[in-house]
Amino acid sequence: MKSLFLRDIKLAFRSGGGFGLTLAFFLIVILFVPLGVGADNAILARIAPGILWIGAILSCLLSLDRIFQLDFEDGTLEALATSPLPLESIAASKAAAHWITTGLPLTIIAPLLAYLLQLPYAGYFWLISSLLIGTPALSFIGTFAAAVTVGVKRGGLLLSLLVLPLYIPTLIFGAQTVIRATISLNPMPALLLTVGISLFSIALMPFACALALKVNLK
Amino acid sequence: MSLWEYANPVKFMALSGRVLPVLTIMSAVLLVAGLIWGFFFTPDDYKQGSTVKIIFLHVPAAMMAINAWVMMLVASLIWLIRRHHVSALAAKAAAPIGITMTLIAIATGAIWGKPTWGTYWEWDPRLTAFMILLVFYLGYIALWEAIEDKDTAADLTSILCMVGSVFALLSRYAVNFWSQGLHQGASLSLDKEQHVDNAFYFPLLVCIGAFILLFFTLVLLRTRTEIRLRRAVALANRRNSHG
Repeated sequence: MKSLFLRDIKLAFRSGGGFGLTLAFFLIVILFVPLGVGADNAILARIAPGILWIGAILSCLLSLDRIFQLDFEDGTLEALATSPLPLESIAASKAAAHWITTGLPLTIIAPLLAYLLQLPYAGYFWLISSLLIGTPALSFIGTFAAAVTVGVKRGGLLLSLLVLPLYIPTLIFGAQTVIRATISLNPMPALLLTVGISLFSIALMPFACALALKVNLK
Repeated sequence: MSLWEYANPVKFMALSGRVLPVLTIMSAVLLVAGLIWGFFFTPDDYKQGSTVKIIFLHVPAAMMAINAWVMMLVASLIWLIRRHHVSALAAKAAAPIGITMTLIAIATGAIWGKPTWGTYWEWDPRLTAFMILLVFYLGYIALWEAIEDKDTAADLTSILCMVGSVFALLSRYAVNFWSQGLHQGASLSLDKEQHVDNAFYFPLLVCIGAFILLFFTLVLLRTRTEIRLRRAVALANRRNSHG
């Protein structure tokens, strides 16, 4: 399992794609917001928490279809499925590798982009914590949706349609954490709910994911 | 003889063929009676005037929008556990009806919202939850359409329905956390603490009954169509392979 995990991370780095593209996309989304809504700092500061979370979710979405697609096409996934490693562990390992190569870099770059969007200072700590805690949920839920659509040719659009509704609770709790911090409310309840969604996804999504993989590999 | 006998498509076709005309007539009679009673023989609300009468479409449609999803979930679980094809087809048949009910609920709500709240749309938790339900339906139907192999499609949509139900429910309560709303609480309850007046209550019950029957009629009809379609495809394939 460890070697599979390391292999996925190495592949993501080597293809030069995943990692850098995701961050570049995040940057472009954030750049688009002032261009679209105007350079009014007060408005930007108000919408910054939501925009940062939506930007992170959209950037995360980009690399989801790579999680299984290549391995499915060249038969690696079938080989893995016949190995002694249970499918659930393969799914969990894939999701963890996805988080390391997207969720984590997004979290690290987010404060910088938050500064560009004039996020009030009270929000930084909560932005980083909510993204750090919430992005694993995005990876684990996304891995499930990727497993469902792996057999569909050019399933990228379908994948988005399936996964975005599943992201709604994470988005609400994650963004509310930051919003509450910036308007001097207690952000703890929202953060705890984010923790709940994240733990729930990490614990159960690999099983749903393995079920979907079994169907697609039969 | 157990209930599962009817999971056999042949038995299902025979039974549903007999039940369907009765159900169709009953739902039509109830629907006409309930709506006429509701629209013409109930008093106007002292504040809302006659606009309140859209409740006879709004509430039953909204209830069926949610219940259709629940029925899809049950049918999906039966398919995953017992592998009855009729069950998977019934889930598939229910989805477009559910999405139509969702759209009716949203549309009648908008028409009702304009005179009473002064707006067609407001980002209220209940309204937002229905919009979320709509996108869940869209994803489910899109997945059915995208996969060619019928059994794989049934499997994957069932898994999606199962996982989606959990997240739809989470979203339903997450939106309460996200914003306070304009929409009133439940119009109906069994303990009569909070309740619409009896003058509205009884015709509303008739309308809800009519919508439930209508839903079952449409699901049976669509399931039968789907079974016939598969038979036709199977026959065509057999002929091609021989010819």
